[in-house]
Amino acid sequence: MVNRSNQNSRIWLRWLLILPGIGLLWPPFYNTDQPELIGIPFFYWYQLLWVFLTSILTAVLYKLKA
Amino acid sequence: MVDWISLTVFILFFVLVTVLGFVAANWHRGDLRLLDEWGLAGRRFGTLVTWFLIGGDIYTAYTFIAVPAALYASGAPGFFAVPYTIFVYPFVYLLMPKFWTVAKRRGYVTAADFVRERFGSSLLSLIVALTGILATMPYIALQMFGIEVCIAQMGIPVEAALIIAFVILAAYTYNSGLRAPAMIALVKDLMILTVMLVVIVYIPLKLGGFSNIFAAVHQHALKNPKTFHAFLSPAQYPSYVTLALGSALALFLYPHSLTGILSSKDCGVIKRNVALLPIYSFMLGALALLGYMALAANVKLPVAYGANGVVPALLSTVFHSWFTGFAFAAISIGALVPAAIMSIAAANLFTRNIYREYFRPNCTTEEECNVAKLTSLIVKFGALVFILFLPRTEIINFQLLGGAWILQTLPAVFLGLYTNWFHRWALIAGWAGGMIAATEMIFSQNFKPIFPIHFGGQTVLIYAGVAALIVNLGLVVLLTLVCRVIGLPTGNDPTSPADYEEILETPATLL
Repeated sequence: MVNRSNQNSRIWLRWLLILPGIGLLWPPFYNTDQPELIGIPFFYWYQLLWVFLTSILTAVLYKLKA
Repeated sequence: MVDWISLTVFILFFVLVTVLGFVAANWHRGDLRLLDEWGLAGRRFGTLVTWFLIGGDIYTAYTFIAVPAALYASGAPGFFAVPYTIFVYPFVYLLMPKFWTVAKRRGYVTAADFVRERFGSSLLSLIVALTGILATMPYIALQMFGIEVCIAQMGIPVEAALIIAFVILAAYTYNSGLRAPAMIALVKDLMILTVMLVVIVYIPLKLGGFSNIFAAVHQHALKNPKTFHAFLSPAQYPSYVTLALGSALALFLYPHSLTGILSSKDCGVIKRNVALLPIYSFMLGALALLGYMALAANVKLPVAYGANGVVPALLSTVFHSWFTGFAFAAISIGALVPAAIMSIAAANLFTRNIYREYFRPNCTTEEECNVAKLTSLIVKFGALVFILFLPRTEIINFQLLGGAWILQTLPAVFLGLYTNWFHRWALIAGWAGGMIAATEMIFSQNFKPIFPIHFGGQTVLIYAGVAALIVNLGLVVLLTLVCRVIGLPTGNDPTSPADYEEILETPATLL
C-alpha cells in the first residue's frame, strides 16, 4: 500500500468497471423481443451494444490513468 | 467429393502461413536459446501485435465453430458467449497489469512461478502448473477439431490432412517459438475479419434480412419448445449469468492467455488492448448469429459432426467454392495460432515448474529452453493422438472439465495478486476441494456444465465451475483462519508491494 497516492489518485474510478455487470447480470431486464433493431430482437442487440460500451468505458479509464 | 477450387485456395493460404511461421524467427531478432525469447518473444510486443496475438489466442477456431453451433442447437442460452467476452475485460484491466509487472520485475514466465514465490510453496506451484497443463491439452485437441470440420467439408481425407497440419505447426513452433503465432495471427485475423464482414452482410441480405432470420428462429422455437429457446426461460437466468461470469474469470487463468499477456511490452499495451480486444467480441457475437442463419437457410448438416458442422455447412451452401476455401483457411489458420501458443504455454509450465523445480534445479538456461521446445512437441503430439483416437464427445467433455478445473486456481493466482494473507495449505486444500466438487458435479450431470443446487425449497441451475469455486473459496478462508490459529508456518513471500506497482509506459510504438 505504500505510495498508492503517489502512484494514482484516480483509482476510485475503477469502480465504474462494475457497470457492465449491472447492465448484464440481470437477464429479466433485457430478455425481450422489443424494441427490435433492423429485425434483431432486443435480447441480442442489447448485449452486443454492451461490447462497445465496455470498450469505451475501459478506454476512458485508460485515458484518465485510472 | 473433393472440392478442388476450395482446396486450392485453402492450400495456398496454408503454404503462405507456413513460410511466415519460419520467417518469424528473424523478427525482432533475439537469442532463441533463452526461454524468455522462445517462450515469451522477449516481452517486447507493442499494442498492435499484442492485439493480433491475444485476439488470435483467445478467440479460437473452436469458438467460431462451437458458438454458432450452440445457438443452432439450443438458441438464446448459447449467446452467453457475448456477456462472457464482455465481463472478461474489466477483470483483465484490474488484474493483468499487476501480473505483468510483478512477472517482469521478478522474472516469472508462468503463473506457477508467481504462486511459488508469493505463497512460498513449491507444492502449490506444482498444482497450478499441473492444472494448467491438464486444462490446456483438450483445448489444443479441440483446435485440431476445428480444422477437421473444415477439411471434412471440402471432402479430403481427414486423418492425413490433420497429420500434415500438425507437422507444420510443430515444426515452426519448435523453430520460432512465440514469434511464429504472433506473425501468423496477423494474417489470420485479417482473413477472419474479411470473412466476418462478408458473412454478416451478405447472408442476411440473401435470406431477406434479420426479420426473416428471426422469424425462422421463432418458428423453430415453437416446434421444439423443450430443446430450443429464442429467449431465455426464467429457469435459465442463473445458469446464463454464471456461465458468462465463470468463463470470464477462467479465461485469463489459462496458461495461453497469460503467455499472451506476458509477451507484451508494458502495462499501457495491456490496457490499450482491453479497449481494443472487444472488437473480437463483437465479431464473435455477429458470427454466433450464423447458427440462426443456418436455421433460416435450412442447411443440411454433415452427419459426422451434427451441429458442430453448422458453420462450414452454411458457408459452402451460400458461397462460391473459392470463398469457402478462403473462409475454411481462415478458420483453420485460426486454429494453428492458439494451438501454438497453448503448446508453448504448457511447455513453459512443464519446464519451469516441474523439470527445473524437481529434476534439474541447476540446469542451464540453454537446457531449460531445449526442454521447453521438446515439451511443446510432445504436448502437440498428445493432442493429435487425442483427436485421432478419442471420440469427439470425450474431448469436448474433457475441455469442459478443464474450464471448471482452471477456475480452481483463481484464489492463488488472482487473489494472490492482491494479498498473501491466504495460507499455502489452505489454498492447497481449497484447490483440492474445488477440483473434486467440480468433477463430481459435472460427472453427475452426465457432462453438462450446469448443476442444480437445491436452495430453500427451490432449485437453482448454476455453472458447476462457479459452484465449485465457492466451495474452494469457503475452504480457503476457513482453513487460513485455522492454520493461523494453530500457528502453522506461512510461506516466505520475497515480493514487496513495490513489485506490483504498474510500469505504465515505455515510449509508444505500434509494433
